[in-house]
Amino acid sequence: MAGNRGRGRSQFTFNVDTLRFGRGDSLPTSAHTPSPLFPPMQFRPVPLHTGEEVDYMLALKQELRASSKNLPFHIKAARTKTDVARYSDKYQNGEPKYNCIEWSPDWSRMPKELCIKVQKTRKTGAKPQLTQKPKVAARKEEVLQKLETLEKREQEQHSEEEEDEEKKKQNEEEEEEPDEDYDEEELEDETDYIISYFDNGEDFGADSDDNMDEAVC
Amino acid sequence: MTTQEVRLCGLLLQEHFGNVVEKVGTHLIRSGVLTLRALAHETKLPLDLVKKSLCVLVQHGMCTFGAGRRGPAGPVEYRINCEHVFHMLRYPRYIYTAKSLYGDTGELIVEEILQRGHMTMSSTVKTVADRLTHNMPEGQSMDYSEVVSVFSQLVETHFLQRCPPLASAGSSSSGAVDTPLPVATQPTEPESHPDCYKLPYINLTGQGKRRRSSEDGEADQCAAKKARTDNSECGDDDGIYWQVNFQRFHLHFRDQAIISAVSCKLDQSSSEIVRTMLRMSEGTTPAHAAFTQALSANEIFRALLSRSPDARPILDQYLSLLVDDPMEFVGKTGDSGGGMYVVNLHRALANLARATLESVVQERFGSRSARIFRLLLRKRHLEQKQVEDFAMIPAKEAKDMLYKLLSENLVQLQEIPKTPDYAPSRTFYLYTVNQLPTARLLLQHCYKTVGNLIERRLYETKENKRLLEKSQRIEAILASLQATGAEAAQLTEVEEMITVPERQQLESLRHHINKLDSSENQVDETIFLLKSYINSTQASR
Repeated sequence: MAGNRGRGRSQFTFNVDTLRFGRGDSLPTSAHTPSPLFPPMQFRPVPLHTGEEVDYMLALKQELRASSKNLPFHIKAARTKTDVARYSDKYQNGEPKYNCIEWSPDWSRMPKELCIKVQKTRKTGAKPQLTQKPKVAARKEEVLQKLETLEKREQEQHSEEEEDEEKKKQNEEEEEEPDEDYDEEELEDETDYIISYFDNGEDFGADSDDNMDEAVC
Repeated sequence: MTTQEVRLCGLLLQEHFGNVVEKVGTHLIRSGVLTLRALAHETKLPLDLVKKSLCVLVQHGMCTFGAGRRGPAGPVEYRINCEHVFHMLRYPRYIYTAKSLYGDTGELIVEEILQRGHMTMSSTVKTVADRLTHNMPEGQSMDYSEVVSVFSQLVETHFLQRCPPLASAGSSSSGAVDTPLPVATQPTEPESHPDCYKLPYINLTGQGKRRRSSEDGEADQCAAKKARTDNSECGDDDGIYWQVNFQRFHLHFRDQAIISAVSCKLDQSSSEIVRTMLRMSEGTTPAHAAFTQALSANEIFRALLSRSPDARPILDQYLSLLVDDPMEFVGKTGDSGGGMYVVNLHRALANLARATLESVVQERFGSRSARIFRLLLRKRHLEQKQVEDFAMIPAKEAKDMLYKLLSENLVQLQEIPKTPDYAPSRTFYLYTVNQLPTARLLLQHCYKTVGNLIERRLYETKENKRLLEKSQRIEAILASLQATGAEAAQLTEVEEMITVPERQQLESLRHHINKLDSSENQVDETIFLLKSYINSTQASR
């Protein structure tokens, strides 16, 4: 093994005959870089299948992709605020709420720790807001009244009666309209504008044109 | 899970369920099993989002959960079932098969159940009837009973099955806080449940409701919302959920592949015979069997659809032809009843996989390289000189081709030493091809291909996003104008808002996307074939 080395003579470690190239032949150049990302192809690829079946499955695939975006299983993350916080952000309710789930799975088939409350309808959600406002307004006004007690007693009594009447009216309204569809957009947060006034145009054309609540008449 | 498989899973989840579920899903695949808290901590997503994503994944059967390493008292652990995620690639094929077997009703049933993971029978029937009614002309509506009959046919032929019950299902009604969950080692097989294919006795009468046009607007929307929330309340079959039985569909695809292979190799009549044999043994053959139950020639003759009394000897000739064929699709196991014949399923799958490998080599490297490849498959181990002689290819070219195949890992080198010191001059170097590892290699290539196709499609869509949005807006405007009865001049004016070069760009974009989608479907067929072959070799061990 130690013999037959030869100083300075090129010797290959393998038997040249079995590999079928003579000593004079040049070995292929060694690669210095990784192979290219899109190596040139020797042969063109075979054309795709065609036919009715193929076309139908293609149409099915594209339909499934489009419809799966509209299902409640498609979860969108919240839009990160890219620039200045805008006033209209307060009225954008396109932000998905994380703590409720839009479809009702069978919770008995899932582990208990995954249970999230199902999204309630708008009516029940908006009601608690209304009941709080007259109370808040009443409290503020009571404080003001107490400050002006000494000066305007009769007027205080008058205003108290008016507030009571207002409160009664509001209570009556609430009782009368438990199930009525009211346009809560105009009553929310004491603004004079309807919700679509605060649209920043991102959803233009995506929604159907059935919703006629446009700020533009 | 290999890198390519994880990447493909991520892309599929993103396509169907969005970025959040993709992030949760890929992290769970990479980590194996995780608890909810660990998952939320590691993905740095809000806990509620993680909960929602897990709900979606469990609903679709892609995620299983169970008691973890700390036993039933510890936190629940989740793991992802990757095979299930890959099935999403094959949804169009399942739906098309259902359509070809059971018509439009079957197609819609399977589509609804696939999109929602699992559903009760009553909700499926109602939704499908409504959809069918929507497409029918005015005045007609789809009766529930027709949909129910197609549903029962699907269940009888095992294409739909009940979801397996959880071990805690029984005690959940009592509302106990610490119900023991099944250990997460092996999910309960749906087939182990005795009532797997039993239809519930529910009384479903009625007809599909037609969704009115937008003039009735809000009242109908309220009604629709109520209907959706009422769905979970009014069914008598609450708790009985149905899912698609993917294994049955796969058996069907496998049978189709075998039949088409026989018809290509031999002729139409022999493929008819094989189709009859496979149909007769559909119910009796277990899923992973190596061959079907033995059928006698008399039975086959009786079951053949187009038969005449003097066709019996012809049938015998065809059967002997099939048995003698080197592909070995059909084997003879006995002589009673005119000859007992079986279809060799595993061998047929191996032959189909081999044909796939050979065609891949042929299309990539040329027909002479394919000749060398086939030679090595047949003769197992050959020296370089022998390869040149048997393939009848000049030495230099043969050497080139062999080295190219070797560098692509399609051919392996086996060293056989003559002396214990492995001296190169005294060692045999034999070239060989192993079918199973090569099939696995090609399968990984296929996964990478599909991943590349999806990414390219996403890139193309992103590049032309502005144009696509503009065309969608214009279509919406056109639709609304047409609904309100505008004049032709207004319509043409709106249409002209898209300029001619933009139209061409849109056209070429659509063409590219169609091509990419079509390629995905086609690569998926290869994936199915290779995966069935690999599974069949594992089952027989």
